[in-house]
Amino acid sequence: MATFPPITPLSVEGLAFAVDGKQLLSEISFTLEAHRTALVLGPNGAGKSLLLRLCHGLLQPTAGRVSWQGAGADQASAHQAMVFQRPVMLRRSAAANIDYALSLRGVPARQRSSLTAEALERAGLSALAKRPARVLSGGEQQRLALARAWSVRPQVLFLDEPTASLDPAATRAVEELIGRIRADGTTIVMTTHDLGQARRLADEIIFLHRGRLVEKTAAADFFSNPQSQEARAFVAGELLW
Amino acid sequence: MRTIIRLLAGLATTAALLFPAHAADKYITVASTTSTEQSGLFGHLLPKFTAKTGIEVRVIAQGTGQALKTGRQGDADVLFVHDPVAEKKFVEEGYGVGRREVMYNDFVVVGPKSDPAGVKGAKSTAEALKRIADAQAGFASRGDKSGTHAAELRHWKAAGVDVAAASGSWYRETGSGMGPTLNTAAAMEAYSLTDRGTWLNFKNRKNLEIVFEGDPSLFNQYGVILVNPDKHAHVKKDMGQTFMNWLTSAEGQQTIADYKINGEQLFFPNYKPGS
Amino acid sequence: MNDFSDAFATALSLILNLDQDLAEIVLLSLRVSLTAVLVAAVIGLPLGAALALFRFPGRSAAIVIVNALMGLPPVVVGLVVYLLLSRSGPLGPLGLLFSPAAMIIAQAVLVTPIVAALTRQVVEDLWAEYEEQLRSLGATPARAIGTLLWDGRFSLVTAVLAGFGRASAEVGAVMIVGGNIAHVTRVMTTTIALEVSKGDLALALGLGIILIALSLAVNGAASLIRETARRYQGALA
Repeated sequence: MATFPPITPLSVEGLAFAVDGKQLLSEISFTLEAHRTALVLGPNGAGKSLLLRLCHGLLQPTAGRVSWQGAGADQASAHQAMVFQRPVMLRRSAAANIDYALSLRGVPARQRSSLTAEALERAGLSALAKRPARVLSGGEQQRLALARAWSVRPQVLFLDEPTASLDPAATRAVEELIGRIRADGTTIVMTTHDLGQARRLADEIIFLHRGRLVEKTAAADFFSNPQSQEARAFVAGELLW
Repeated sequence: MRTIIRLLAGLATTAALLFPAHAADKYITVASTTSTEQSGLFGHLLPKFTAKTGIEVRVIAQGTGQALKTGRQGDADVLFVHDPVAEKKFVEEGYGVGRREVMYNDFVVVGPKSDPAGVKGAKSTAEALKRIADAQAGFASRGDKSGTHAAELRHWKAAGVDVAAASGSWYRETGSGMGPTLNTAAAMEAYSLTDRGTWLNFKNRKNLEIVFEGDPSLFNQYGVILVNPDKHAHVKKDMGQTFMNWLTSAEGQQTIADYKINGEQLFFPNYKPGS
Repeated sequence: MNDFSDAFATALSLILNLDQDLAEIVLLSLRVSLTAVLVAAVIGLPLGAALALFRFPGRSAAIVIVNALMGLPPVVVGLVVYLLLSRSGPLGPLGLLFSPAAMIIAQAVLVTPIVAALTRQVVEDLWAEYEEQLRSLGATPARAIGTLLWDGRFSLVTAVLAGFGRASAEVGAVMIVGGNIAHVTRVMTTTIALEVSKGDLALALGLGIILIALSLAVNGAASLIRETARRYQGALA
């Protein structure tokens, strides 16, 4: 695949989202530079998943906007991918799941099989290529979802709680895979409720509380010296609501 | 509605492509009555005609009323029915041409062997029906505007019985063909008026038997009519005329006379040139 | 009870003697109903999927209508198709009345709403699961419909089978538009109706038994394929 001009930075301005008059996110503004891994943190119901979906374009904001500032911004949606908390496996083989994603991005059939093999290899799933995706274990499914997302070589990858329903061994395998994707220079925006995971992966932290952006800082600063009272309580492991 | 018609047209074309053979076949469509079909006459008659002329005859067995309607719509080439009054009207209105009288059969009154209304000794059809009405014994009528139904109603009128008033009590209108009506009569132990051909071919008689027959008023005339090609240009008039000619030829008339069930002749050819 | 044992004996002897007329009637029944179901699937599957995916004004009314059409009375469908195909009707020039093609059209009209309504249900459930992922991957609506129909294939087999059951069992519509012409448009159900008319109840019931056996065979085969494939593909839900 030819190198496409960058779609980043991502600029979020005055973003708000409401359902049936209930304000779920309000006045969120930040900028995200390329090649960074940003972890969206906050207690349950803070609006983390919503923020990812808005940035990815799956939801339309009720106010404010999400804009891509790079030279390739006009084709931003073709250079993003997302992995969901519960992997959505198509009812076909592991390889066919990846092949499907590639075909949707317009990759010609003759190139797809080698790209598929490469993606499976990367996720350590080569041996399971022909296996129906839905009979794989939870961890294997999530790695396949990651491999599928990565196969289209996104510049920006959104990950919504990718390890939330996995055991520690599977979590570790998924984190390793995320690490490799990150090392390629992929920009990652990810939610988690696992503070340890955030420490291991994050360059930056976007901290939400009750639908508002409380802090956006470098990860090291966030964990060593949180600026807000809410973030201090959150890092200390106190219950926030 | 437009879209639906267009959709159906598309469907129809697809279906036509799937079954292309029929357009080229040499056949005519004959709308006829259940009595001729169910008596087995056509099974005897048509193969001989086809063997001689190479023309296949496709019979749609309906009541006479429905067959006339089918002809009016142009959905058949020839009608072979038995209601002279309605047939003449059909021709007068310009829907049919060249009507010929081909044959007759007769109607019989069937009823339970025990004959609760005492029909067996009746001197005339009118008297037989009067006895059924007086006894309020069950009677199963076609009630379907068929030729048989029309004949039955004429006989009730002649007997001076108002069956409309009795409908639903002892007089039951089944609204179906001769066979189903006989099934109903057999199940209810009721009387019924049927053509002899259907009766002879009918297997589910249970307790029924013929209780009255032979009155000349029970004779039932069959005619053939060509659907008017001036009204419906697609009518296969040459092949249709060939069929009508054959039915009224010496050979056709003899073939009709030859059809027997248990040695009993069902239909009596009576074509008279100019009829 | 005598009627039933007669019927079974009749059915058995018809099958064992490989009755020529019976074979012809069975083959025509299958040809007509399978073609009708194929046509209904080609229209009903995408239509049902579109109803599941697209939000448009009047959508719930459309769903109610399609669901209600599942109960279309065959006689009414037969009559409408008859009037359309009649020489005096709008499609008269095609000359299709009293032909197998007319029977296929009538059955397709009967079956399409069944396939569409059941498809909508299946696809709507699947879409709830797939929507975000497919949109994230950049699937166009047309592509999404294709994906959903393919991924719902094991459940959709049931929808199509329900349609086949309806088509092969109905008599009202094919009687009117086919005319029950011997060797041309005579199928299992119209033959049964005819034999009932003749009072030959044993033969009618015997044919009925064969029809039920055929239906069982088709459904059994489909279910076997479906279950095998399903086990291979993993749980559906």
